[in-house]
Amino acid sequence: MLLMSVWSCFFGQDEEDGTETGEGDEWMQGKTLIKPLDQLDLTEAELKEEFTRILTANNPHAPQNIVRYSFKERSYKPISSVDQLAVHFVLEGNLLHQDSDEARRQRAKQGDVEEGGGEERADSVESKAGKKEQKITNQFNFSERASQTLNNPLRERGCQTEPPPRANFSATANQWEIYDVYLEVLQKQEKNKEKAKAVPKKDDDKGKKKMMLVETQSDDITKVAKVAKIIERMVNQNTFDDIAQDFKYFEDASDEYREQEGTLLPLWKFQYDKAKRLSVTALCWNESYKDLFAVGLGSYDFTKQGRGMLVFYSLKNSTFPEYIYPTTSGILCLDIHKHLPYLVAVGFYDGCVAVYNLKEETLQPIYKSTAKSGKHTDPVWQVKWQKDDMDNNHNFFSVSSDGRVVSWTLVKNELVFTDIIKLIIEIFDNVCRPAACGTSFDFHKQIDYLFLVGTEEGKIHKCSKAYSSQFLETYNAHNMAVDAVKWNHFHTKVFISCSSDWTVKIWDHTIKTPMFTFDLNASVGDVAWSPYSSTVFAAVTTDGKVHTFDLSINKYEAICQQPVVAKKKTKLTHIEFNPVYPIIIVGDDRGYVTSLKLSPNLRKKPKEKKGQELPKGPEVEIAKMEKLLSLLREPENSNA
Amino acid sequence: VCEREIMTCCFPPQHTDMPEEMRVETMELCVTACEKFATNNEVAAKMIKESMDKKFGSSWHVVIGEGFGFEVTHEVKNLLYMFFGGSLAVCVWKCS
Repeated sequence: MLLMSVWSCFFGQDEEDGTETGEGDEWMQGKTLIKPLDQLDLTEAELKEEFTRILTANNPHAPQNIVRYSFKERSYKPISSVDQLAVHFVLEGNLLHQDSDEARRQRAKQGDVEEGGGEERADSVESKAGKKEQKITNQFNFSERASQTLNNPLRERGCQTEPPPRANFSATANQWEIYDVYLEVLQKQEKNKEKAKAVPKKDDDKGKKKMMLVETQSDDITKVAKVAKIIERMVNQNTFDDIAQDFKYFEDASDEYREQEGTLLPLWKFQYDKAKRLSVTALCWNESYKDLFAVGLGSYDFTKQGRGMLVFYSLKNSTFPEYIYPTTSGILCLDIHKHLPYLVAVGFYDGCVAVYNLKEETLQPIYKSTAKSGKHTDPVWQVKWQKDDMDNNHNFFSVSSDGRVVSWTLVKNELVFTDIIKLIIEIFDNVCRPAACGTSFDFHKQIDYLFLVGTEEGKIHKCSKAYSSQFLETYNAHNMAVDAVKWNHFHTKVFISCSSDWTVKIWDHTIKTPMFTFDLNASVGDVAWSPYSSTVFAAVTTDGKVHTFDLSINKYEAICQQPVVAKKKTKLTHIEFNPVYPIIIVGDDRGYVTSLKLSPNLRKKPKEKKGQELPKGPEVEIAKMEKLLSLLREPENSNA
Repeated sequence: VCEREIMTCCFPPQHTDMPEEMRVETMELCVTACEKFATNNEVAAKMIKESMDKKFGSSWHVVIGEGFGFEVTHEVKNLLYMFFGGSLAVCVWKCS
């Protein structure tokens, strides 16, 4: 019904409106009225009927007669007023009054969540809310226990490892490269096969290499040594320049004014620090190296026997010896081999003999005699090299106070001795006292087997190597020990001897009495013939003088008597002429060796007659000597 | 000189800075892989790379081929460049 009424109102308004607006009418006239399908078909009379509606506040749906039971009256009674409220629409809202409980609760929750910065009001509200929100504990039976475990302090650690090293590499992989490499490898393989065959050779090479290294090392040292030596000699030459000049060129001009006498010009003085307390006991010039000479050092004093030394000097270096060999026992004699300038035979005070090889680096002798190998029991006073024997072994002779003359042969590594002769003293009743002490000997220059031995008793024996028990001849030479016996270099028959009985005697070995006798007023230590003249000889005495004689000039006196050493107490012990140069070396008992130059007068050679050929040296000398001797002999013969 | 000889007698490592043991192992591995996968370089390289990674640590790189040029940065003592079979070149290096 409502539906219809609304609809009809609508229509009514439209019709009224249509009359007012002509445009609407036109719009409306276009349409035809559409009737809904369920609309009531009413007649027009019914349509014009008016109905009256009254709008009241009554809810049409509300019941008009509600009856409730009343317990008081125990009957149903109708309610007078019925609720006419019609709820058309309900929407539950979510707004709360701000003072309500719910609101407060909400605000408390919000206060916990929100942080700081709010209105004061909000804060206070929140704190209140917070307090109120604390856990409500059991007031009667609740105790709170709390503890805090130890929290380890936290530490930060950092570490950086090094990245693995990187490198770049590039190459090309081509067919031809690969092929090339393969070929190379093949070739190498072939070479290796060849090398494998020659492996044993490798070891030798290594050995050689080592040798080379060692040699080069030593070469360096030796090179420096050589240079140092040369420089040393240069320095010495410069230092002793005047002496060197004298040695070579100085000729004493004053000799022209002295008829017969000559002088000795002192040249170098050789001394070695470590040999100061020793006396020179032996001197020997080297035949091959004319400036080299050997000095044997020891002691003549029986009570002062100690060590000894073998020292080699060169004229080119007077400050320091070329070779030094210290020995345990004092040296009494030495001899340098004529042809092998590096072989030196040495006789010791303790009776040993030894052979040194100068070429070797060691300071030890290459051979040494021992008690087993027949060393002498007494000091060895003289050693002399001989010619090589039939087996081409070197050999030398030695004479000693024990009365034996021994020949030593160097056989491979040993020293083989052979007693040649034993010196025996004969007494008138034919009781032979054994072992006379030999103090010197000398071998004949030409006659090999013939040699002379001087003894402590003052006798000189002429012996032969062949006869071991007998002497060929005995000369009663001196009253005291014979210190030196020397054959003349030129005349085959003449020899000279000197002794501590102050005399020097010259003999012809065929005659038992001396040809010449010279008294030198002091014990004569040594005597030596000069190599350039058969009539010149020199002798040294314990008073420090050198006496030089030339028999062709003066048969009775020395043509030169010269003290050679500074201190008067120094005794001269040995003298030797240099085979080539006109100098002599003199050794004394303080270990010094002095070299002296012979002035021209001392070296006189016979005057050549004009027009005559120059005769050969030795023959002249021999002739000279012969002349002298013949002069002597004739009166002797006549006397005898 | 027969190629077979070359192939059978030796596989010279053209360039390597590996320690002896490692080198020998790696070379053997390469030879095995190349022989096994003669036709397929990729698979051979894969096999080598994986084995190397397992044995010697990560990040190995392997190149197998007949004609190539290369420039690589490698960790020191971890490079092997060798030839195989007369025509193949193998390059193995480590770089993480």
